[in-house]
Amino acid sequence: MKVIVNIQLKNGVLDPQGKAVHHALSSLKFNEVNEVRIGKQIILDIDESDKVKAEQRVTTMCDELLANTVIEDYTIEFPAC
Amino acid sequence: MLVAVAVFPGTNCEIDTKYAFEKLGAEVALVFHKEEKLPEGTDLVVLPGGFSYGDYLRSAAIAKFSPIMKAVIEFANNGGKVLGICNGFQMLVEAKLLPGAMKRNESVHFISKFHPLKVVANDNLFLQKCTIGEVLNIPVAHGEGSYYIDEAGLKELYANHQVLLTYCDEKGNVQNPNGSIDAIAGICNKKKNVFGLMPHPERAIEEILGSDDGVKMLQGFIA
Repeated sequence: MKVIVNIQLKNGVLDPQGKAVHHALSSLKFNEVNEVRIGKQIILDIDESDKVKAEQRVTTMCDELLANTVIEDYTIEFPAC
Repeated sequence: MLVAVAVFPGTNCEIDTKYAFEKLGAEVALVFHKEEKLPEGTDLVVLPGGFSYGDYLRSAAIAKFSPIMKAVIEFANNGGKVLGICNGFQMLVEAKLLPGAMKRNESVHFISKFHPLKVVANDNLFLQKCTIGEVLNIPVAHGEGSYYIDEAGLKELYANHQVLLTYCDEKGNVQNPNGSIDAIAGICNKKKNVFGLMPHPERAIEEILGSDDGVKMLQGFIA
């Protein structure tokens, strides 16, 4: 089963990369952009057919390693294959 | 005095750290990350700087699960003295031995230069030889050194004198190179046996190389 983990800085935590990219977009005249936040995406392929169990396991993975929950939030998605 | 310096794949400051502590008269053992035990009689563990595990995922995110880190965490929880420098500081926050987290520098650039630091608290082992308000000239070299902690955590740090060092200019006025909250450069835990800082005192122990201000910092552990 494929699982997608999206990790981003929590709201209120300054994202310097996003700010730099926003600045670059503005200098390219993409003036409609209000804010840029940059995160990371981790794509897992796991041996588990039960979605609920998979979500539990991946949540633990996020809390223990994949995300630093002091500054980052994460979401877990199951893409339609 | 036996200092154990942990070495991870990607660590690059272990020889400087060994040199510094040997110069101060300590015996130094380099300990590989796959070891499960610290050397018998270890008085101080140093987690040195570098790019452990290539900084993959986040700085120090993977190092905290190394076999040697289990021993270091146990050592610290039993009151053992631990010093984390740069990547070592990142390991200590990732391992939750110190509060807060480390973010990418606000400028998004890697910063490598001498930077003045102000001593904020000296009622601890590490900075006992320094005076409050003293300005030390110490090199910094990091890309992810912007220290973050929430407001409640910050209050607690100040209340317990856990904020050790802040970045400043030569006169001691605030100058923040990386966007750290309150320009914090180094902290310790509540029990004051675990210390972390982004700057590199082990690179400032020979005047001919720019500064020997690191001597009086590291000496705190020797005395």
